[in-house]
Amino acid sequence: MGIEQKLGNMGVVTTTLESAVNWARTNAMWPLMFGLACCAIEMMSAQAADFDMSRFGMELMRPSPRQSDLMIVAGRVSRKMAPVLRRLYDQMPEPKWVIAMGDCASCGGVFNNYAILQGVDELVPVDVYVAGCPPRPEALIHGVVTLFEKVKGEKFADLVNA
Amino acid sequence: MDNRLEKVVQVLQEQAGATYEESRGEVHVFIPARQVVDVLIFLRDEHEFSLLSAMTAVDYWPEETPRFHLIYQLSSLTQNLCIQLRVPLNGGQPKVPTASGAFANANWRERELMDMFGITFEGHPDPRRILMPPDWEGHPLRKDYPLGYEEPQFSFNLDEIDLRKPYVKD
Repeated sequence: MGIEQKLGNMGVVTTTLESAVNWARTNAMWPLMFGLACCAIEMMSAQAADFDMSRFGMELMRPSPRQSDLMIVAGRVSRKMAPVLRRLYDQMPEPKWVIAMGDCASCGGVFNNYAILQGVDELVPVDVYVAGCPPRPEALIHGVVTLFEKVKGEKFADLVNA
Repeated sequence: MDNRLEKVVQVLQEQAGATYEESRGEVHVFIPARQVVDVLIFLRDEHEFSLLSAMTAVDYWPEETPRFHLIYQLSSLTQNLCIQLRVPLNGGQPKVPTASGAFANANWRERELMDMFGITFEGHPDPRRILMPPDWEGHPLRKDYPLGYEEPQFSFNLDEIDLRKPYVKD
């Protein structure tokens, strides 16, 4: 309030460090290209022209975990794939978030058997679950926007105590 | 059945002591386990059954003993014929000589059967698990193997399942 009154129209904005950091994180969050099964098609179409995820900052999907912030687990995770997924998650640098896209990643979906992991939250901590089989691209974008709202509410104090 | 197939089945009955069944136009010939590879090579060389179309197994526990039926489906492209060989196997230590010498595509099919049913193929060049992780215990397609490890969630048992679920504490 004080500085803006004095500087008037000079184009200066004051804000807290937390909001600035969270704003930066949400505006350019690059997902890891981790489409496993049918949900991958919907993830691709959400990234493509009609339902553009680039307008939300996800300009490109990085195949390398070292260069991505967000892991969208799109599809069912089998027992053989589980250690690979965990390894990729460990290779992502902090800060990182996980969206479990679709029913199979959230809870095992239609596959309740020995070969499919019943929900990817047995393996990695999930921030947002997007339901649907497969979720429409708009639903995935809604999940991404929900994640952004969650990130905007993050506080430094949580990271220090964790 | 086809005349040519009749002759083949007759030869198998005389030489290998096989019995046969006809079901819905298909011929199933029961072969003892020790003679499987000889019969396969005989059919492949003498009677032009050069394609092993399918190789699988069925578990008939607990209704029937012997428990496993190992099934080889051979096709002859030149004569347009199909024949199915069934090998009954007991549940204790099911062992069969490998067919990967006779038919190269039997390699991975036998790995799948070793993984899913626990049938041992003697002389197999690469006896690893193919579908499940390599340190998995158990054979999933047997009838006494549980289907899944988590019961379906409804609203009345959601909290119990939630308590037991191995969430990651990262």
